[in-house]
Amino acid sequence: MNSGGRIVELFELTAHELKDLLNNKKASAVEITQSVLDRIQNVEEKVGSYITVCKDEALNRAKAVQEKIDKGESISLLGGIPMALKDNICTEGVKTTCASNMLNNFIPPYNATVAKKLYEADTVLVGKLNLDEFAMGGSTENSYFKKTCNPWDLERVPGGSSGGSAACVAAGEAVFALGSDTGGSIRQPASFCGVVGLKPTYGSISRYGLVAFASSLDQIGPLTKDVTDCALVMNAICGHDPMDSTSINSGYPDFTKALINDVKGMKIGIPKEYLHGEGLNSEVKNAVINAVEVLKKLGAECEEFSLPITEYAIPAYYIISSAEASSNLARYDGVKYGYRAEKFTDLLDLYKQSRSEGFGTEVKRRIMLGTYALSSGYYDAYYKKALQVRTLIKNGFDEAFSKYDLVLGPTAPSTAYKIGEKIDDPLEMYLGDIFTVSVNIAGLPGLVVPCGFDSNKLPIGLQLIGKPLDESTLIRVGYTFEQNTEYHKLRAKI
Amino acid sequence: MDYELVIGLEVHAELSTKSKIYCSCTTEFGGEENTHCCPICTGMPGVLPVLNKKVVEYAVKAGLATNCEIARFSKQDRKNYFYPDLPKAYQVSQYDLPLCKNGYIDIEVNGVQKRIGLTRIHIEEDAGKLIHDEWDRGTLVDYNRCGVPLIEIVSEPDIRSAEEAKAYLEQLKAILEYIGVSDCKMQEGSLRADVNLSIRPVGQKEFGTRTEMKNLNSFKAIIRAIEGEFKRQKTELEYGGVIVQETRRWDDNKGVSVAMRSKEEAHDYRYFPEPDLVPIVLDDSYIDEIRSSLPELPEARKKRYIEEFGLPEYDAAILTSSKYFADFFEEAVKMSNNAKSVSNWIMGDLMRILKEKEMEPSDIPFPAEYLAKLVKLIDSGKINRTIAKKIFDKMFETQKDPELIVKEEGIEVVNDEGALVGIVKKVLEANPQSVADYKSGKEKAIGFLVGQCMKESKGKGNPQIINKILKEELEKL
Repeated sequence: MNSGGRIVELFELTAHELKDLLNNKKASAVEITQSVLDRIQNVEEKVGSYITVCKDEALNRAKAVQEKIDKGESISLLGGIPMALKDNICTEGVKTTCASNMLNNFIPPYNATVAKKLYEADTVLVGKLNLDEFAMGGSTENSYFKKTCNPWDLERVPGGSSGGSAACVAAGEAVFALGSDTGGSIRQPASFCGVVGLKPTYGSISRYGLVAFASSLDQIGPLTKDVTDCALVMNAICGHDPMDSTSINSGYPDFTKALINDVKGMKIGIPKEYLHGEGLNSEVKNAVINAVEVLKKLGAECEEFSLPITEYAIPAYYIISSAEASSNLARYDGVKYGYRAEKFTDLLDLYKQSRSEGFGTEVKRRIMLGTYALSSGYYDAYYKKALQVRTLIKNGFDEAFSKYDLVLGPTAPSTAYKIGEKIDDPLEMYLGDIFTVSVNIAGLPGLVVPCGFDSNKLPIGLQLIGKPLDESTLIRVGYTFEQNTEYHKLRAKI
Repeated sequence: MDYELVIGLEVHAELSTKSKIYCSCTTEFGGEENTHCCPICTGMPGVLPVLNKKVVEYAVKAGLATNCEIARFSKQDRKNYFYPDLPKAYQVSQYDLPLCKNGYIDIEVNGVQKRIGLTRIHIEEDAGKLIHDEWDRGTLVDYNRCGVPLIEIVSEPDIRSAEEAKAYLEQLKAILEYIGVSDCKMQEGSLRADVNLSIRPVGQKEFGTRTEMKNLNSFKAIIRAIEGEFKRQKTELEYGGVIVQETRRWDDNKGVSVAMRSKEEAHDYRYFPEPDLVPIVLDDSYIDEIRSSLPELPEARKKRYIEEFGLPEYDAAILTSSKYFADFFEEAVKMSNNAKSVSNWIMGDLMRILKEKEMEPSDIPFPAEYLAKLVKLIDSGKINRTIAKKIFDKMFETQKDPELIVKEEGIEVVNDEGALVGIVKKVLEANPQSVADYKSGKEKAIGFLVGQCMKESKGKGNPQIINKILKEELEKL
């Protein structure tokens, strides 16, 4: 493909562009997968997105899809597209580690519902992606296996915990990826790596097969090169699942119908606490203000409003998520599967040694925090209070949505920071979640689209927050913004 | 000083649903180790529970049958603790919002009626089983039982004696069997009880410090444990000691309880709402539907037996104490039309054999139809009671149709007059003295002659017919 005098490689393209090539027989599914595998071969050593690459399986699958195409069978809009999954999403027969020593050899005998759906859509699984251990962290530095580097600046973090997912899409090592978002884990890395990331409404994507971090907050979502791909992937993975009791049983729209270049009359609210709070980097702030100006020019009505108790969102989030994590991760005890210490004296010692050696520092910190918060005598002061804050945060958004079609703000206080810069300061790291955790606490959808670069040429992401199950409005506004800006077209040079 | 016993019971009953509480695995007892499980009930990474609706239905049934209030809104919680038989390291149970609460069961001890309060009934999942190697080389885990649904039925501390505890458990077991929610087999562990016990000087209002005894799986063990613990606490207090709030394990072989852990060492279960499951919301029509589907309960059935079949209260109480006995009884009565006789067979020979063989009412090896046939054989004069008893034992042993046994063994009563005339003639010839006695007016002599004829027919002759032929033949002489 030729673009502006430069040969564009297949791995650089979006899913919908590749679909056109497949339809017009200008490229085969095998060529597309091979291009992505070659790209991995060339840059993976520098980027480090993957924990596992399934080269042979990917080529076999691509061949099978191409045979279908050759026979004239109809395939889905994502058929033949190479993709990768965060390594906390279970894949039958393919190692699923959660970037933990604890599960370093775990091969699930079942597929997560999203993996099953993507297989059924004839996508090609290229591999499993790096993350912060058990999705706990914001830089992917907490992986037991490796560091992942930001494709825009290899000395910087890709964000986290879905750092591998964001980096691989930004680096062209997969056309799209799935991540999981418990407190910002899709949106913040999307912002750091200059890709589109959507954390869908809680309950709209099945969590079956997603290794749980915090059950009431976790949600799987896509990381893509543009908003159109985001809509396509959402169409493939969204929907009620009888295997997940928290899955919402309602009709889901065709999200590609929301790809409309028009925001005239759209009412957008910008929380003062997000835009004028302490700690927001001025370049990020300016990029968000510029984005607001773009939307205003296109006819949207934007105004600032106050979203109360924003300051309690982080403490409430860390109590609820850690409490649930302390229970969710209790099953890794060295008895049934996963890591078991070599030396132990008795049952209690088996637990202690296996868990001490199998888990990393951040995971242990959260387990201890959560165990403490649930302990008798402290439950009311911490966990119960946090649940009350949760209700207040939900109420705050309900009120906002009585006035606005969506809420807009920054994604993270800063752009990607240097590897190692914050790893010894967990509190500083936790504060980086300030603009994202409320969305999980309230179960809302949040879409991040690239909206600029800072003076170091690092990407900045704009966050759009919607009403429950109103991803369509986010996609429409994101698409309109994309059609009227160029940020999403820039690719990292590695 | 005289002390009064105060007991509260926590009963765990496995529900007899086909599949487990959160997955589709079978709940069947036994089976090769680790064959009745899947990624969900073994707590593999990333799996999620989905509540089996039958479990709610069965628990609500149990609640309604024990006069409980049914919660329109309840939720499930995680009880966190580490143990190898608990693969997720938490048990999904119900903490502060159980499905059923504030019920009661009426019991009767020595003719005195008493009402025992039920604090609550909640649903939860069972754990697996540890199998300790007998040569101490290690411990294996069988996860087949993981996720089998349980209800925990917690009584108020209203029980005052071992007899009341037994009556309460028997009544509870009967109710659960009647409504068909649990097979209540104690030897298979589908019914288990923990005993909370304290004592106090007679007349004192405040409760004493209680201990909890775990893992009692037979009525006998429960009675012995209560008696043993009562003595232990009494001795402790009489010698100036204090009772420590603790969990104790009853060793039924040694007849003593051993301290397991004190209150200070007690687990902090860190209960919190299970985020993978949604609240259980029930509406009135659902509850009314279950209420109207409830079968006749033991108390009502007992009254009906007294009125409809004219059984003595004692017999009616025993027959209705087990759904298996009661159903067996009614079916046999329906086919034989002789309630008194059927009741006598069940209360007598059947219960005796079951007891001898340590079998449960559910283990009766032959169908009610066979007992009905046996009763009909007697009523029609085809066999007498002595033969019937032998046939009954044979029927229990071989599960053969009594009519077939009669035929095969040729033990049917001989009613054929032609066949009996010969025997009578032979007896008369052999006993001229008795014939002479009869002729001279000694009518008693006929009794001896009947006996001789019976002997000659090897017990198979119908005595009434023999009597008739004898008289006819004697007239002829």
